[in-house]
Amino acid sequence: MKKISGWGNYPLVDSEINRFDTERELVKLLASESKTIARGNARSYGDSALAHNVISSLSHNRMLYFDTEKGILKCESGVLFNDILDVIVPKGWFLPVTPGTKFITVGGAIASDVHGKNHHGEGSFSNYLDEFEIACADGSIKICSPSNEQELYQATCGGMGLTGVILNATFRLKKIESAYISQKQIKAKNLDEIVELFDEYKSATYSMAWIDCLKGGNAFGRSILICGEHASFEELSTNQKKAPLNLKPKKKLNVPFNFPAIALNPFSIKAFNALYYAKNYKKVMEGVIPYEPFFYPLDAINNWNRMYGKNGFVQYQFVLPKEGGKEGLVKILKKIRSKGMGSFLAVLKAFGEQNDLIAFPMEGLTLALDFPVRKGLFEFLNELDVIVLEYGGRIYLTKDARMDGQTLAQSYPNFSKWKAIVEKYNPNFKFASTQSDRLNITS
Amino acid sequence: MNDKKVLILGATSDVGKALAQVYAEQHFQLVLAARNVKDLEPIKSDFEIRNEAKVEIAEFEATDYSSHPAFIDKVGTPDICICVFGYLGDQTEAENNWDEAKSIMSINYIGAASILEEVAKKMTDKKTGTIVGISSVAGERGRQSNYFYGSSKAGFTAYLSGLRNRLFHKGIHVLTVKPGFIDTKMTAGMDLPKPLTASPLQVAKAIAKAARKKKNTIYVLSMWRLIMYIIKTIPEGIFKKLKL
Repeated sequence: MKKISGWGNYPLVDSEINRFDTERELVKLLASESKTIARGNARSYGDSALAHNVISSLSHNRMLYFDTEKGILKCESGVLFNDILDVIVPKGWFLPVTPGTKFITVGGAIASDVHGKNHHGEGSFSNYLDEFEIACADGSIKICSPSNEQELYQATCGGMGLTGVILNATFRLKKIESAYISQKQIKAKNLDEIVELFDEYKSATYSMAWIDCLKGGNAFGRSILICGEHASFEELSTNQKKAPLNLKPKKKLNVPFNFPAIALNPFSIKAFNALYYAKNYKKVMEGVIPYEPFFYPLDAINNWNRMYGKNGFVQYQFVLPKEGGKEGLVKILKKIRSKGMGSFLAVLKAFGEQNDLIAFPMEGLTLALDFPVRKGLFEFLNELDVIVLEYGGRIYLTKDARMDGQTLAQSYPNFSKWKAIVEKYNPNFKFASTQSDRLNITS
Repeated sequence: MNDKKVLILGATSDVGKALAQVYAEQHFQLVLAARNVKDLEPIKSDFEIRNEAKVEIAEFEATDYSSHPAFIDKVGTPDICICVFGYLGDQTEAENNWDEAKSIMSINYIGAASILEEVAKKMTDKKTGTIVGISSVAGERGRQSNYFYGSSKAGFTAYLSGLRNRLFHKGIHVLTVKPGFIDTKMTAGMDLPKPLTASPLQVAKAIAKAARKKKNTIYVLSMWRLIMYIIKTIPEGIFKKLKL
């Protein structure tokens, strides 16, 4: 038994971790009585990959097939996006969708149906998924695609591991000419301006904004919009042109221990935000930068989650529909400001349409905020939930560690349809996580 | 691409896979052998994709001694042959069931000696090559908790030293590895002391380095040399009373 957690270091659960190497070993593990849940690289923030018994996919990590002409990759579920990038970028391919960290597994990408900076135009990871194999509760292995085992396929994409353990997946890649991104950063003075900018730049392939949650008055909601395109060969500097698809490995920083809880306080966060805003001294800044700092700025700091101290943190990510969403966003930001519950990292992004069974994204604005766990936080977040529900929004399960089951059932329109499919393939709730029990999905 | 070829016997084990990784990174051609060839297929594709390595896979059964000459004919003579396979078995089971005892001894000792004899013949013809045998610190002194495994590894260690002595004169090098505890599937569930436990990759890197430097015998973590020295010097009159 070992204490394990998600990326937020909250909550901690005593757990037995079982690894499997081959399909045969997985089936053997599934034959045991205990309830379990698949766990990849544990980068989901809350308790979705926690249980007293978990099945780790990290040893099931072989690449099986790579068509370098057509850009199709098949790999086992424990392969990390990081490893995929190492292989595909030098061959002129990129991940079709990637979240803000490359240290996630392929299995986790499907179970969370991850989205990235290109969601508004290109959708989530499952849009590029041709097929996957999954081991169900009875030990049977099913091949799922949009046309085969359709309902199991749909319930698994974004299904948080509750339909089974994904064995491998085949997905389509994106062609690139270089490993660089042509980036444009635009300052927005306030919330109105940033919302307009998202609209103005909706044809940008990648976009997201860093937003200052603590600033009031005229500068309420001041932000920096960051847009990007895969750089063409012509856009590169002479130096970059020498090896357009290869990046030099960079040294990583590390947070060696948990920071004391006091390190992040309204004062230090305000100071950070002021510096961050000021570093863009011009209204518009442009440059051609390697893909790593563009997509994965925080991956450059190992264990950055320790900055929130040993009590851990919760990332609160919600989406509000386009219609009326801005008003809800103003309400939520004002509430955060009035309570001084500043967030070190706050990311705003416009989503495009998505009508999958249990997907988190919907057309509108999504905001992600980090809150260190402390007294009064959960009551405060419950108040935010009420506003999210009032405006027809919902909360991302991959980040969640504290929502209640009712909020979930009310905010995801296909919840009961999805739950019925989960119950069909997972009838005795062999697959259950701390999260699914808390949300009354499996309890 | 390096034109050198490494044969890994027991390539589905954790150390076997780590060795394949280390040699793939050094651009060796890999010949991966194991009992279950189906388990080798994903490993093969993985090295082909990640390292653009040239990989062959082959079925190998340690206790099917008569198949060994044909096996080595089929895969060809390697530049380096690493014998990684082994069977820890269950001591208590072995005390009560001779089949288990026989399996432990025949896989770890007879099977290993049988295939390495064939490899030695081929390398002698070519007058070059390196043979690496993964033995165990358990073979240095018989203990009540695992003497079937220990004695089979003791036999293997003695075999390797004899083989080294014979092949030295033919220009062929033999390396004996006594890794101590390794964090693998075989030891999963055991509560191993961290400072004495090596990772499979650590073991693999140490092996590749020792093979290149033509070392004779290595312990992966040097602490083990001291521990085994102490264990070996305890007088038998005292040793037999210990619960080890």
